[in-house]
Amino acid sequence: MQKIRKIALTKEIIQLLKKDILVELRQKAALNGILLYVVSTVFVAYLIFASLEELSTWVALLWIVLLFASTNASINSFRKEAGREFFYYYSIAKPQAIILSKMLFNAILQTIIAALTLLLFNLLLGNPMENNSLFYLVLFLGSLGISTILTLSSAIASKTNNNATLTAILSFPIMLPTLLTAIKASMLCGLGFAWEDCQVYIVTLGLLNIVIVMLSYLLFPYLWRS
Amino acid sequence: MRNWWKALTILLLFYTLIGGLLIPVPKQVILYESIRNLYFHVPMWFSMIFLFFMSVVYSVKGLSSNDLTHDTKAKELVNAGIIFGVLGTITGSIWAKYTWGAWWVNDVKLNGSAITMLIYLAYVVLRGSLDDEQKRARIAGVYNIFAFVLLLVFIGILPRMTDSLHPGNGGNPGFNNYDLDNNMKLVFYPAVVGWILLGWWIASIRIRISKLNQKLDE
Repeated sequence: MQKIRKIALTKEIIQLLKKDILVELRQKAALNGILLYVVSTVFVAYLIFASLEELSTWVALLWIVLLFASTNASINSFRKEAGREFFYYYSIAKPQAIILSKMLFNAILQTIIAALTLLLFNLLLGNPMENNSLFYLVLFLGSLGISTILTLSSAIASKTNNNATLTAILSFPIMLPTLLTAIKASMLCGLGFAWEDCQVYIVTLGLLNIVIVMLSYLLFPYLWRS
Repeated sequence: MRNWWKALTILLLFYTLIGGLLIPVPKQVILYESIRNLYFHVPMWFSMIFLFFMSVVYSVKGLSSNDLTHDTKAKELVNAGIIFGVLGTITGSIWAKYTWGAWWVNDVKLNGSAITMLIYLAYVVLRGSLDDEQKRARIAGVYNIFAFVLLLVFIGILPRMTDSLHPGNGGNPGFNNYDLDNNMKLVFYPAVVGWILLGWWIASIRIRISKLNQKLDE
């Protein structure tokens, strides 16, 4: 019985994720806007700085661009489920499946955004990173943390009237542990430290991600029911 | 004697005020007499965390039972906690001015306290943007639990990973190692209990006011 339920949940998640990806591919609402946003921000930074020699500025700029790009990307995560469609989704899917599928979708979107931002940074602003492979891991884990926190925050904000502002107000302070850990680890990667020295930060990032996903999984059903 | 703990609060706080200012303290370079601020600054944070923790407890109860009184309690505990957070920031800021030479420095512990305030002000804003009581109780409860866990991570783990000016971090001695002698412990522990009880008292009065207001509205 337990096993059947687990399979059903996985199936639901995959179905919902497929639907989200399909809608995104047809409308290209989020992706195109975000890509343009990233390109224009990095280009403005390029015009201002020309080239960035200093590591700390490079790292700070990268994470700020990523933070705002992902905020824009996930702010409307639950727009389609907020209106009349809510009752439809409510009746066909488990809340756990909905939050996990949204998180997966946002994580995929965020990974694409992160990859593109990094590419543009490398092209226009140079690459000060000494330990590249480790930095990719930090970038991935940090982006994952940002997108999962934003997913739950936008779920909370979608239940209120002022959706857009509230997502930022709610998520930015609680995002700081993830963001600061990611920035610290990026700095160490930039200075060329090896795995042994960054281990603490990367493990912390991973654990933070697990905590966020667990909390969302447990709390979302209460949010959804209202 | 139902209200014995209120009498105890008054007794402990008077003891903190008088004892805290009169009982001799060890002479420390830079700190000197300002070390007495320990009886006021540190217990503020303990009380704040205690009130926020109790608020989360009531949020959990509220989510599992749909009882709106739990939500009222959670809300007022947060409000009382914010008062203590502001007081902790002010006392810390004054202390920093006389020991470190600046009202505010860029430091993990200090930034942690600022972020705590931001999180709970966001909680207040979130409550303000919801009208329906049942819905507000549930959504605010969810955010309260989510934010508190991440806050614990922030103020618990991160300061230990970096250096800090603040006592108790990154090779800086905490007050419990050698600075805090027995005389100070004699005042410090009662002070902590006293301030926490005062926080609980303020919150309980606020809860009563808010319940009365709800009755008046009906």
